[in-house]
Amino acid sequence: MPTIVNVQNLRKAYEGGFEALRSVDLEIQQGEILALLGPNGAGKTTLISTICGITVPTSGAISVGGHDTQTEFRAARNLIGLVPQEINLEPFETVMNTVRFSRGLFGKPRNDAYLEQILKKLSLHDKKDSKIMMLSGGMKRRVLIAKALSHEPRVLFLDEPTAGVDVELRKDMWDVVADLKADGVTIILTTHYIEEAEAIADRVGVISKGEILLVQDKAEMMAQMGQKQLVIDLADTITDVPAALAAYSLTIGGDDRSLIYTYDTKGERTGITTLLNDLQKAGLSMTDMQTHQSSLEDIFVGLVKETA
Amino acid sequence: MNLTAVASIYRFEMARFFRTITQSLVSPVLSTSLYFVVFGTAIGSRIQEVEGVSYGAFIVPGLIMLSVMTQATSNASFGIYFPKFIGTIYELLSAPVNFLEITLGYVGAAATKALFIGLIILVTAFFFVDITIAHPFAMLAFLVLTCVSFSLLGFIIGIWAGNFEQLQLIPLLIITPLVFLGGSFYSVTMLPPIWQTITMFNPVVYLISGFRWAFFGAADVPIGLSLLAIAAFTGACLIAIWWIFRTGWRIRQ
Repeated sequence: MPTIVNVQNLRKAYEGGFEALRSVDLEIQQGEILALLGPNGAGKTTLISTICGITVPTSGAISVGGHDTQTEFRAARNLIGLVPQEINLEPFETVMNTVRFSRGLFGKPRNDAYLEQILKKLSLHDKKDSKIMMLSGGMKRRVLIAKALSHEPRVLFLDEPTAGVDVELRKDMWDVVADLKADGVTIILTTHYIEEAEAIADRVGVISKGEILLVQDKAEMMAQMGQKQLVIDLADTITDVPAALAAYSLTIGGDDRSLIYTYDTKGERTGITTLLNDLQKAGLSMTDMQTHQSSLEDIFVGLVKETA
Repeated sequence: MNLTAVASIYRFEMARFFRTITQSLVSPVLSTSLYFVVFGTAIGSRIQEVEGVSYGAFIVPGLIMLSVMTQATSNASFGIYFPKFIGTIYELLSAPVNFLEITLGYVGAAATKALFIGLIILVTAFFFVDITIAHPFAMLAFLVLTCVSFSLLGFIIGIWAGNFEQLQLIPLLIITPLVFLGGSFYSVTMLPPIWQTITMFNPVVYLISGFRWAFFGAADVPIGLSLLAIAAFTGACLIAIWWIFRTGWRIRQ
């Protein structure tokens, strides 16, 4: 997959001296969905704003579709759609007019049929002549998406698209994202919700204090996450795993008085029941047991803490 | 040049004007009518002709200028301040448009609104006084130039303003006094010599004088000087706007 967004050594310091981004490198592949996870103030929004042209980089280079965002800003921005975090809309205008305005701003000829198609997809079509101030919060968020899609962008930035949105709308939004991906649109979303990254992303990036800590394939991350450990405390110490239990993936705990069983929670059977039976047959008696799961949240919290 | 974007901004801004068409037009027409009733009829009947023109007719160019300057400034400043205030400015900043296109769209719309109002006041004036326009094309050209230059000024104020109070500040504290003292309701030649000299530092004098010349063929200052003044003012505003967008001052961090 070719790279569509390339961020190199990006640094952004605001006028007051606050360094929102320090040396960010990020390559986003064409057609992928990348989720950027990070705590508040990590620099997610600054990163997106700088790629989109709302803020100016202090140093470093950004290209979108091979076009430098500073020197070839028109070509670069033509490819980009942005859904901001805040609901920023002209309250007195109608839905259709604001969406039309957005399309025109990007220099695209008027095409109401296309815009109506977008509104339909976002379940906004019956509200197209309503004034924006008459819409609910969720509807307004859909208008923002419609505006971002109005000029047929190839790269879509969604800044916390589901913050404060009800479950139903969140699902709708995920469907829209899936449709866009099917059309080959590259999607970058920032989120607080780890489940959201899990549900729709191909890759997950973790950002904290202006630095990208990790960008990893979601499947790999899930592989780490799907594993669960059962720790069985034994009454007596053991030196080897008994032969009768060789079929299980068991390791001996650090104190020689426990067995650690690693299993896949997503598997058809966890094998715990048979293991416990076999344990008894092997003559081992246990005193206690606990389970432990390493989640994306653990990885995330661990990473973010390390840099704190 | 992204002309579609210019047209989109222009249309969007004009839509705001037409949405509030009644208040946009009724208030200037009403206030102008009041000026005619008070100054033109009540007071004007006791004032002799000024420079060979009845007082009621004499104040027409000044009245139009007063409305056009304040309307152009407030329309343009609000036009760009409002997106900043409600946050929709993000869209302008992330769109493939440059400063010239943004300025053309917003200033073009504000100038058009001011021109509308100016022309409507002119039409209203015909109901109250007899006027003949000596140089109609020059009159129109002066009117358009004033609309554009004061819209440029308003645009700068809108970018500068951090709140609604600041948005009102300059029109209220600077523009209105300058227009009132710029010979809207009197000829500069009616002033004592010392005030005549001081008045020459008021840039609005040149605009009103030039505009009045277009109506009556007589002016307080030479017409060439008036044109030079308005060109210099427009140029200064354009340079300021170019600098604002180049540095991102108050817009792009």
